[in-house]
Amino acid sequence: MKIAVAVFPGSNCERDTFNILKHNLRIDTDLIWHKESNLDNYDAVILPGGFTYGDYLRGGVIAAFSPIMKQVKKMAEKGKPVLGICNGFQTLVEAGLLPGALMSNISLKFICKWTKLRVENNRTAFTNICMKNSILNMPVAHQQGRFFIKNENLKHLIDHNQIVLTYVNNKGETSNDINPNGSIMNIAGISNEEGNVMGLMPHPERASEPALSPLRSADGLLIFKSMLNYLKKA
Amino acid sequence: MTDLNRYTVNIIIENKPLIRDPEGETILRDLIIKNGITEVTKVKTGKLLKLEVNAKDKENAKKIMENMCNDLRIFNPVVSICKITVSSDS
Repeated sequence: MKIAVAVFPGSNCERDTFNILKHNLRIDTDLIWHKESNLDNYDAVILPGGFTYGDYLRGGVIAAFSPIMKQVKKMAEKGKPVLGICNGFQTLVEAGLLPGALMSNISLKFICKWTKLRVENNRTAFTNICMKNSILNMPVAHQQGRFFIKNENLKHLIDHNQIVLTYVNNKGETSNDINPNGSIMNIAGISNEEGNVMGLMPHPERASEPALSPLRSADGLLIFKSMLNYLKKA
Repeated sequence: MTDLNRYTVNIIIENKPLIRDPEGETILRDLIIKNGITEVTKVKTGKLLKLEVNAKDKENAKKIMENMCNDLRIFNPVVSICKITVSSDS
């Protein structure tokens, strides 16, 4: 089993992601420069957070045209797990692998804080060992994280169970005042219909070691362990 | 490339009418209205790309720009519109 973590000019969470996979979960993992045009040897790919190309034009749009994205699309079509974290989520949206748009936060501020997420769908490649409706602690750190989608497409998203994670309060309820960025329906993460491609704004790689969490939690590990579980069964 | 003319192209990217534009709302509320210019009722922000394009004629320049905007996702069609204006370089 081999995992690729893609690296673009301006990525800055690739080493955190690599560290969790390689040293915490002890999986064969490589950092792959975005000009690589062959990922045939990899079972899954992760697009990490950061500010690819300085977020010029829009977060993720220039990275979406990098050579590696042809391979990422191929892997997505083959049913291999593809995960986009933060800027990686933006890149998957801009590449057309996930629907909708990620717009500037309604406050226009860069938001960096711990959030609570409710697992809406535990049948994806990245949530399959989570309990449905369980609460995960993970931090967000973004300026363009307001998920938006047209009403008719939102219905499609709901009908196909593609909303994976939502921002909730301490009681596990979605509410406007807990919504950090103004995302429609408090959406924090979505998947494709098949569930093998997921994007999320929160950072599981920053929430995978108790020493780095104010709550001594490691909920982010569940995302990566779900991916391994999915690959073992595949 | 002797038959080509040079055109200046402005591409304006802005949010669709029903998509909220918090930057525009803030400029209107906290800068314009608060400073007493109450005649202004709406502000929309956007992004301007200014390009120089070599093309046969204006129509051709516009066609090239339209294709580029769609193919390279210069704007996100989910939430934005883009307006392209072509003018002759003087």
